[in-house]
Amino acid sequence: MTTMTAAVRSASRVKKARWRALGIHALLLGIGVLFGLPFYWLIATSLKPDAQIFQMPPVWVPHPVQWSNYPRALTYIPYITYTFNTLFLCLMNVIGTVLSCSLVAYSLAKIRWRGRDLVFYSLLATMILPGQVTLIPTFAIFKWLGWIGSYKPLFVPAFFGSAFYIFLLRQFFMTLPNELSDAARIDGCTEFDAYWRVILPLARPALVTVALFTFIGTWNDFMGPLLYLSDERTYTLSMGLQFFVSQHGAEWGMLMAASAVMTVPIVVIFFLAQRTFIQGVTLTGIKG
Amino acid sequence: MEGPEKRGARRRQDQRNGLLFAAPWLVGLAVFIVYPILASLTYSFCSYDAIRPPHWVGLRNYQEMLFQDPLFWKALGNTLYMVVVGLPIGLAASLIVALLLNQKVRGIAFYRTLYFLPSITPVVATTVLWMWLLNPEIGLVNILLGKVGIAHPPAWLQDPAWSKPALILMGLWGVGGSMVIYLAGLQDIPEALYEAARLDGAGMLAQFRHVTLPMLSPVILFNLIMGLIGMFQYFTQVYVVTGGTGGPQDSTLFFALHLFNKAFTDFRMGYASAMAWVLFAITLICALVIFRSSARWVYYAGESR
Repeated sequence: MTTMTAAVRSASRVKKARWRALGIHALLLGIGVLFGLPFYWLIATSLKPDAQIFQMPPVWVPHPVQWSNYPRALTYIPYITYTFNTLFLCLMNVIGTVLSCSLVAYSLAKIRWRGRDLVFYSLLATMILPGQVTLIPTFAIFKWLGWIGSYKPLFVPAFFGSAFYIFLLRQFFMTLPNELSDAARIDGCTEFDAYWRVILPLARPALVTVALFTFIGTWNDFMGPLLYLSDERTYTLSMGLQFFVSQHGAEWGMLMAASAVMTVPIVVIFFLAQRTFIQGVTLTGIKG
Repeated sequence: MEGPEKRGARRRQDQRNGLLFAAPWLVGLAVFIVYPILASLTYSFCSYDAIRPPHWVGLRNYQEMLFQDPLFWKALGNTLYMVVVGLPIGLAASLIVALLLNQKVRGIAFYRTLYFLPSITPVVATTVLWMWLLNPEIGLVNILLGKVGIAHPPAWLQDPAWSKPALILMGLWGVGGSMVIYLAGLQDIPEALYEAARLDGAGMLAQFRHVTLPMLSPVILFNLIMGLIGMFQYFTQVYVVTGGTGGPQDSTLFFALHLFNKAFTDFRMGYASAMAWVLFAITLICALVIFRSSARWVYYAGESR
């Protein structure tokens, strides 16, 4: 008797769960189309000849697929040069940020010294400061140094640490047992050895996260290059694309090709390091 | 064990090493934060064009801002629109999507990737793409709206009444960042709480209302504050769309853009500095109000223990 009703109830529950799963799938797919469609349209437009781009009703699948927007866009603006400019800045920023932030984070997490808490609070305080407050004097400093128009304002600051990444690394270093750095010191290691040979190798996931975020942040940065670069040949991809839009707003085929080329490296990096990436976002979010 | 003099040497060494390792930040803090804060505050009381030395004008920048610059109020109003309308929509959308992605169904990893991807796509590229999608005549959005029977879809970025909603729509595509943070928060909620709620007869909605929302409230607070700061600094998208003008009819002239134009187009750096301090003050006040109110709606699991 009891087993009967239980069986009936569990059968109806299974049925209900199946409907629920179906509903979730439908929603996921529907929203997925909304998220995916712009990407599809980006690629589709970039592969169409102009006549098809402006055709009504719209052409959903480009036929024939036409690649010429890519070479046209890539030669119309010096894309290769811009890519190298951007990569150079990314590289310098990644090196500067990872080095400086890990050093400072080590000091805040693993060395006991007077004033350490004060420095830690200074990190937190600067994180809520809008960039606009420091923007103009910083510009004035670089102008005084004669650095306007060069890349220096766009990477030198990275070597002096950034509050957010120091904070992130400090939180990670705190999770590593103190015995590790203490043992290294007792074995006669210098403090730098303890940092470089013991802590850094263990902190690889956090360091990769910081490097990734810095790379993508620099790759996508627009305001910095807008402020400091004046010579067209020194532009980054962001600047180049914006300049392109402002000059040729209606060349949608070429604009989509250029946007796609700028996006692809980020997508590739994301897929290569997806797990680290999500962990990193989570780490930064939760600890805030 | 260690003698007292040895311990003293150790402590001196730690003090020296600590300072040495922290030196990059200490120098950076002085040069790129503390000095600029002081200088910016000084400039805000000066007339300064970055060529001639600044000269003192007292409160004139602040007076001009409040009484003689209608664009200041326009920019402030536009920015508050994004904070009051755009931010809640964005936060709600990313929460809904996160709830959906937290379900245990097959293929969920694919959807997570797909939903997240737009948020790391370069902003300039995203913006160019949406300028195309939102094109009034031949953009995909209006084509689709036409298909579902909307005969006169808006001109989006070219219509002063629709330009800000267009930017909000554009922002919705990039909710992936806050979504991932919600998702992490959702995954930290112990399953036992839901089981207990179900035993008490709670349905889906009641579980959301009495388990999910309170447990997620610290994460909501975090996303709210970060979103607030982001909205007050909204810049790149609108610079790319309008070439820095904030058009049409100043409908997308946001605070950060107006400030930028004052500083680097008109070279009125003193005035722009004053604007930056007003921006800071408003951000701080909003953040404080949210924090104060958070005592009533944010639940920290640690407190009850």
